[in-house]
Amino acid sequence: MTSNYSKFEAVCCILEENNFDKSKLIPILQSVQEEYRYLPAEIMSFISSSLDMSPAIVYGVATFYSHFTLNPKGENIIKVCNGTACHVKKSAAIIDAMRKKLGLKENENTTKDMLFTIETVACLGACGLAPVVVINENVHGQMTAEKIVKLIDETMGAK
Amino acid sequence: MGKYLTINGKKLEFRDERNLLEIIRKEHIDLPTFCYHSELSIHGSCRLCMVEIAGRGVMSACSTPPELDMEIKTNTEQLIEIRKITIELLLANHDRECTMCAKSESCKLQSLARRLGIEEVRFKNIFHKESKDISTYALVRDNGKCVLCGDCVRFCDEIQSIGALGFAGRGWRAKICLSFERNLESSECVYCGQCSRVCPTGAILPKTEFRGVWKALSDKKKKVIVAIAPAVRAAIGEVFGVTEENGTEIAGKIVTALRSMGFAKVFDISFTADMTIIEEANEFLERLGKGDDMPMFTSCCPAWVRFVEQYYPDFIKNISTCRSPQGMYGSIARRIMPEVLGIPKEELVIVSVMPCTAKKYEARRSELAKDGVIDIDYVITTQELALMIEEAGLRFGNLEASAFDMPLGFKTGGGIIFGNSGGVTEAVLRNVMNTNGDESEEFNFVRGENGVREAKLKVGTRELKLAVVHGLKNARKVLRDIRADKKRYDFVEVMACPGGCIGGAGQPVYSDLAVRKKRSKVLYENDKIMELHKPQDNPYVQKIYKDYLENPGSKKAHEYLHTTFKYRKRFKATLEIFKSHLEKSININVCVGNNCLRKGSKEILKHIIGDNKFKDNVNVQALICLEKCSNGPAVKINGKTFEHCTPGSVENAIKEELKK
Amino acid sequence: MMIELEKIIEDFLSSRENIKKRVIVCAGTGCVANGSLKVFNTLIDVSKELGIDAHIELKKENSGSFFSKSGCQGFCQNGPLINILPAGILYTKVKPEDAKEILEKTVKDDELIERLCYHSGNTICKGQEEIPFYQKQHRIVLKQCGIIDPENIREYIANGGYLAARKACMQMTDKEICDVVLESGLRGRGGAGFLTGRKWDITRKQEGTKKYMICNGDEGDPGAFMDRSVMEGNPHSVIEGLIIAAKATGADEGYIYIRTEYSLAVERMNRAVKDATDIGILGDNVFGSNHNFKLHVMEGAGAFVCGEETALIASVEGKRAMPSPKPPFPAQSGLWGKPTTINNVETLATVPLIINYGALKFRKIGTENSTGTKTFALTGNVANTGLIEVPMGTTLRHIIFDIAGGVTDDEGKINEDNFKAVQIGGPSGGCLTKEHFDLSLEFESLKKIGAMIGSGGLVVMSKHNCMVNVSKFFMQFTQNESCGKCVLCREGNKQMLLMLTDITNGKANEKTLALLEQLAKAVMAGSLCGLGKTAPNPVLSTLKYFRDEYNAHVKEKRCPAGECVNLLSYTITDKCVGCGVCALKCPVKAITGQKGKKHTIDTPECIKCGVCMTSCKFSAVERG
Repeated sequence: MTSNYSKFEAVCCILEENNFDKSKLIPILQSVQEEYRYLPAEIMSFISSSLDMSPAIVYGVATFYSHFTLNPKGENIIKVCNGTACHVKKSAAIIDAMRKKLGLKENENTTKDMLFTIETVACLGACGLAPVVVINENVHGQMTAEKIVKLIDETMGAK
Repeated sequence: MGKYLTINGKKLEFRDERNLLEIIRKEHIDLPTFCYHSELSIHGSCRLCMVEIAGRGVMSACSTPPELDMEIKTNTEQLIEIRKITIELLLANHDRECTMCAKSESCKLQSLARRLGIEEVRFKNIFHKESKDISTYALVRDNGKCVLCGDCVRFCDEIQSIGALGFAGRGWRAKICLSFERNLESSECVYCGQCSRVCPTGAILPKTEFRGVWKALSDKKKKVIVAIAPAVRAAIGEVFGVTEENGTEIAGKIVTALRSMGFAKVFDISFTADMTIIEEANEFLERLGKGDDMPMFTSCCPAWVRFVEQYYPDFIKNISTCRSPQGMYGSIARRIMPEVLGIPKEELVIVSVMPCTAKKYEARRSELAKDGVIDIDYVITTQELALMIEEAGLRFGNLEASAFDMPLGFKTGGGIIFGNSGGVTEAVLRNVMNTNGDESEEFNFVRGENGVREAKLKVGTRELKLAVVHGLKNARKVLRDIRADKKRYDFVEVMACPGGCIGGAGQPVYSDLAVRKKRSKVLYENDKIMELHKPQDNPYVQKIYKDYLENPGSKKAHEYLHTTFKYRKRFKATLEIFKSHLEKSININVCVGNNCLRKGSKEILKHIIGDNKFKDNVNVQALICLEKCSNGPAVKINGKTFEHCTPGSVENAIKEELKK
Repeated sequence: MMIELEKIIEDFLSSRENIKKRVIVCAGTGCVANGSLKVFNTLIDVSKELGIDAHIELKKENSGSFFSKSGCQGFCQNGPLINILPAGILYTKVKPEDAKEILEKTVKDDELIERLCYHSGNTICKGQEEIPFYQKQHRIVLKQCGIIDPENIREYIANGGYLAARKACMQMTDKEICDVVLESGLRGRGGAGFLTGRKWDITRKQEGTKKYMICNGDEGDPGAFMDRSVMEGNPHSVIEGLIIAAKATGADEGYIYIRTEYSLAVERMNRAVKDATDIGILGDNVFGSNHNFKLHVMEGAGAFVCGEETALIASVEGKRAMPSPKPPFPAQSGLWGKPTTINNVETLATVPLIINYGALKFRKIGTENSTGTKTFALTGNVANTGLIEVPMGTTLRHIIFDIAGGVTDDEGKINEDNFKAVQIGGPSGGCLTKEHFDLSLEFESLKKIGAMIGSGGLVVMSKHNCMVNVSKFFMQFTQNESCGKCVLCREGNKQMLLMLTDITNGKANEKTLALLEQLAKAVMAGSLCGLGKTAPNPVLSTLKYFRDEYNAHVKEKRCPAGECVNLLSYTITDKCVGCGVCALKCPVKAITGQKGKKHTIDTPECIKCGVCMTSCKFSAVERG
C-alpha cells in the first residue's frame, strides 16, 4: 500500500494555519511545495477549492514566481549561480558542461532517472567565490567546467 | 472657472473625465487601444495610447488623469515610432494567416497595422502555432492570435466574477489560459462569450456551426426550419449599414434572406417568448401563493442558469423550471411542428438564430433532450447569419421585407422586449398585473442600464419586490444579499450579458455603449408598434395550448415546456490518498470540496486511514467533488454515496462492506 | 508598552562585564561557502576540549569566551573571517585546523597569529581598521554588521539601538519626522532615488486611519547583496527604521518582504520581529506612545519585478506581481487600496542614524544632492571583493584602487591594464569606463551618462569580458523577469535578446545594430514600469561606449574579448606531443588522440571552456 495521507493532512494544516485566507496564497503554496517538493496540479485544485478562489488565479500565481515548480524535482538539486559576478567568471561554460554530462536536452532541467535537477539562480550572494555552484545546499566556489563534472560523479557515487 | 489643458496645441476644457484618453477621444482623435474598455479596470498593457506630455515625457493616456495646463501631444515622431514598434512586436509573435481568420477585417491588430503603414515586420518571427481549443459548442480559443491585452481576463473576473481565464507564466512565456491549461469544457466557463466580444483579435471567437446549416439546406431530403431571436433584428443591420427605428423592416429582410437560402419555414423566437411568459407568470403566481422557493429567478439566460448550477446549488430550486424561449421552440418544433406543418419527423432540421454563445451550449443540455435526442440541430449566432447572407451574395439592404411563417411567427410586444435586460420582467408584469385587473402595458421602472434595478409594486393587496440584474458579478452580489437576508425579493431577472441579449456575444461586436443603447431602443420601439403587447393575448399561442398543452402549468405543459437543473461541479480533482495493493479492496471516495471539508471530511479521512484501521483493504481517494454540497460530508463507498457522514458512520459503512 | 531601554542596556552591559573575549565567526553566505560553519563548530568543540571544566561550569555565566554568528562583513573572498573582541583582531581564511591555535594563543594569551592576519603588501593588518579595504570605507549603515550579534536584541539596544525609534515615537510629531528626513536629503536606495522625507510626507497627508509600511527586501539584482547583508547582520536597524517610518506616515501595520533565497535573512528577520514584539517595541502602544505598529515578515517567491512598488504590493496581496499603471500611486492607494509607503532595506537602516544624529550631521556626508553613504556589492576583477560602504560622490578610482585593491588579471594578480569597464546598477544600470574614473558617483551624475546606482551592484570587467555578451546576459535576465504584461517589455526584451544572440553568434549585420538601438529606445520610453523602462540601459550604454566591439562582431564576425563561444574555435597545433593532459581535463570528452600522437578536438562537442588551452604545457592549443 502507498499512503499520501500525511501529506494531505499537512496541506489541510497549512490551510488552517493560514485561516483559509486568500491573500496568503503565496505562503500557502510555499509551505505546500516544501511538503511535496513541487506543486501537483491536483493539490492546487484542492487549494483553490478550499480557498474558494478561481483555480486560474492559483495557477497564474504558481506559474509566475520562479520559486514555484510544477514538475517533480530530481533527488539532487544543483543550483548554478548565474549572477553577474559568476557570469563574468564564465558560469555559462559550467552550465554547458553540466547539461552535457547529465544528457539534458534544451528546456529539460531534470534527468530522466529523476536523479538530478539543475537550476540557474540569480546571485547567491557569494560573489567573492564566483563562479558558485550549490549541490544539495553545499556551496562550492571557484567552480570550473572540469570540477563540476567531477562533483557530479562524486554525487552519483555517494548515492 | 473652467479647467483647461492643451491637446496638439488646442486649448480644451475638461471636467470630470477620468483620464486623458477620454478627453482625446472626445476630440475625435482615435488614439488606438487594445486594453482600454470603459467598463473594465485600467490595465495599461498595450502601450498604444501613448502621448507626450510636456515636462513628463511619454505616458499612457488611459492611466493619466487630466491636470491643469497639461500640454499633450498625440502624434509625434517618437509616438508613431513606439506604436509601430509595438504593433511589429506583436506581429512577430502572431499567427499571421489573417486571410483565414474569422476576425479578418474586424481585427484591431490588422486594422492598426494598416493604419500605421506597417509594410514589413523587422523582428524575428517567434510565433509557434498551438492547437485551438474547440472543446465547447460555444467558443473557440486560439492563443496564436492572442495579444495578451487581458480584456477577456478582466471581463470574466470584473464583470462576471467567474475568473475562468487567467494569466499564466511570465515574461515572453506569459499567456492567457484556463486553469492548469485545461480546455474550456473542463473549466468553470459559463459560455456567456463576452470574452470574445472584448477580444480585439481572433483569439477568442464564438464557435460557428453554419457550415452544417448550409449542408442541411442543400440536402434534398431535409426540410430546414429556423427561428430568430428578438435581439437579432436589433443588431444585424449594423453589419450591412442598415438602420431602422423599430426593427420590423429588418426582421422582414431577415425572413426574405432566410427563405432565399432555402429555409422551409422562418419563425420568430418571440412566439415562444410569449409562451415562456405565460408559463413563467403562471409558475410565479403559484409559487407566490404557496410561498415556496421564493424569490423566483428567471431561467431564460443559459449562462446565468449554469452560473447558479455551479456556484449556488442551494438556489437551484429558485430558478423557474420553464425552458427558455429557445428551449420551448426546440420542444415545440421537434414534437408538435411535424404534425402541424406536415413534415415527416426524420426530414426536419431545426435551426435557431441567437444573439448568444451560451445558447449553443444550452441547446445541447441533456435536460432538454428527449430520449437522448436533442431538439435543436444548429444554433447559429447573429454574426453567423450575417456571414451566411454575405456568403449567399444577398444585398441585405436591398431585400424586400416579408412576413414570418405561421403559427410560430406571430408574437406580441411582450415577446419582443425579451431581448432587453428587464424585458422578461416587464412581460411577466404585463401578464401578472393583467390577471389582477391592471391593464398597464409599460413598466418603465424595470428599463434602463443600471446593473441592479429594484422595483416595488402592488399586486392586489400584496407588495411585490422585483430585481432586474445584468452581469454575473451583480448577480453574485444579489444572491449573497438574499442568502444573508439583507435583501428580500419575489422575482429576480438575471441576464449574464450587460444589457441583456441585445449585448450578447453572438451579436455583431460592439465596443461603444451607445450601440447597445440603440439596439435596446429598437426593441422598445418595435413593441410600441405591435398590435398586441401582452403575451397571453397571442392567439396562436392560445391555439397551441388548446390543441396540445391544455393549460399553462398543466402536466402536458410541464412535459413540453419545463426542464430541470442540477448541481455541476466547477472542476474536478482526484487526490490519491491511500492505494491498496490488494486486488480486491473497497473503493472509498471522500469529498473534500469546500463545503464537505469545512463540515469534517478531513476528520473522516483521519479516522479511517490516519491510524491504518483497515490496512490494505481500502483504496481511498479524496475528491472534488461529490456534488452533495448541502448534505455533506459526502462519502462514496464502492459506488454508493452516503451523506451527512461522520467518522463513525463511515467506519461502520466500511465494516459492512468488508463483511460482504 | 513602556520600555526602559536604559535598564536593558545596563543589564546587558553588566552581563557582559565578565566576558573576556568574544570570538565572532562570520556566517555570511560567502564565508559559509568557504567553510565558516565548520570553523565555528570546531572552535566550540576545541574550546570544550581545552578548558573542559571551566567552560562547562561557567557555561551560562559571565566568563570565558563568547561565540556568535554574525552577518556578512564584506571582504568575502578572504573568508572565513573571524573577529576577536575586544582586541579587534580579524583573522582571514581561517581553517578548522586553526581553531586550536586561535583559542590557545589569541583567546587565552592575547597573542596575535600573524599567519592568519590579512596582509596588505608587506604590512600585517591586525584588525579591520588597519585593512585598507575597510579603512578607506565610510561605514555607518554597515558599521555594526559583523560586530554585533544579530540574534540578540539586547545587544542591539546596548549599542544605542531603538533610541531613535523611541525618540520618534515619544518626542516627535509625524510631521517633524518627515521634515528631519527631508532635510537630511536622504533618497531612496532602491533605485530611482526619490526623497524619502517627501515620500513619507505624501502618505502622511493621506486621509484615513489604515495605512501600511512595506520594507522591500526582495533584492533581485543578480549581483547585489547589500540588503541581505543588512538584514542578516543587523536586522533590528531595519525594524527601527520601519517603526520611525510608520510613526511618520501614520501606518499601523507593516510588511518586510524578503527574497526567499535569503533563508538566513528570513530567519534572522523573523527572530528579530519576534524579539521586538516580545519586548514590547512592536505591537500596541509602541514605547508607551499611542502609536501601534504590527510587523509581518513575508517571503517572496522569486520575481525581480517586485522591485516595482505596484508589483510588490500585488505580491503581498497574494497575486501575480504584475505592475499597474501609476497613478494611483501607492501613497494614495496601495496595499488593499490603503495608503502605503515602500522603502528599501538600506534606506530604512539609514533612518535611525538621521534621527539620532540629526539631519545636518547626515548632510555632511556625501554630496549636496546625494547625501549620506551608499553600499555597493563590489565584484569582478578586483583584488578585494565584497560589500563596501562609501559616501555618495566617491569616485570610481577611489573604490577600485584604494578600497578594492586594484584591478586583477584572470589569475588574480594586480594588473591595471586588464581593466575594461565597470557595470553599475545591474540589469537596469549601465557601464562606466576609464573616462569615468573620476566621476562622482551620485544619482544625477550617473543618470546623465545613462547609468544608475540602481541596487548598487558594481562589477569590474576585464579585457576578457565581452561587452556584447554582458548586455546579452542582462537582457536574458530581464526578459526572464519581465512580468509579461506590457507589450514593449514582454516582446521587446525578447527581440533584443534575439538580436544580441545573433550578434554574438556572428549572424547579424549593421541593420541589426540600428534596429536594436531603435527598439531599445522604444522600450525605454514606452514600457509600463521601471523594469521595462530601464531594461534597455545595459544595451544602450554598451552601444554607446563599446560600439567598436559591437562592430567587430557584426562586421568581422569576431569577438575581441574572446568570450563569444560561437565565434571561437579551439584547435590543437603541431606543437602537440600527445601527452593527453587536455583530453583528461576536457569536461565533455571532446578531445581524442593516441598517446604520443597529436590530439584533435571534436568541434561540435566542444563547449569552449578553454580548459585544454590553460592545461597544455606546450602551448599547443590555439584559440581562433
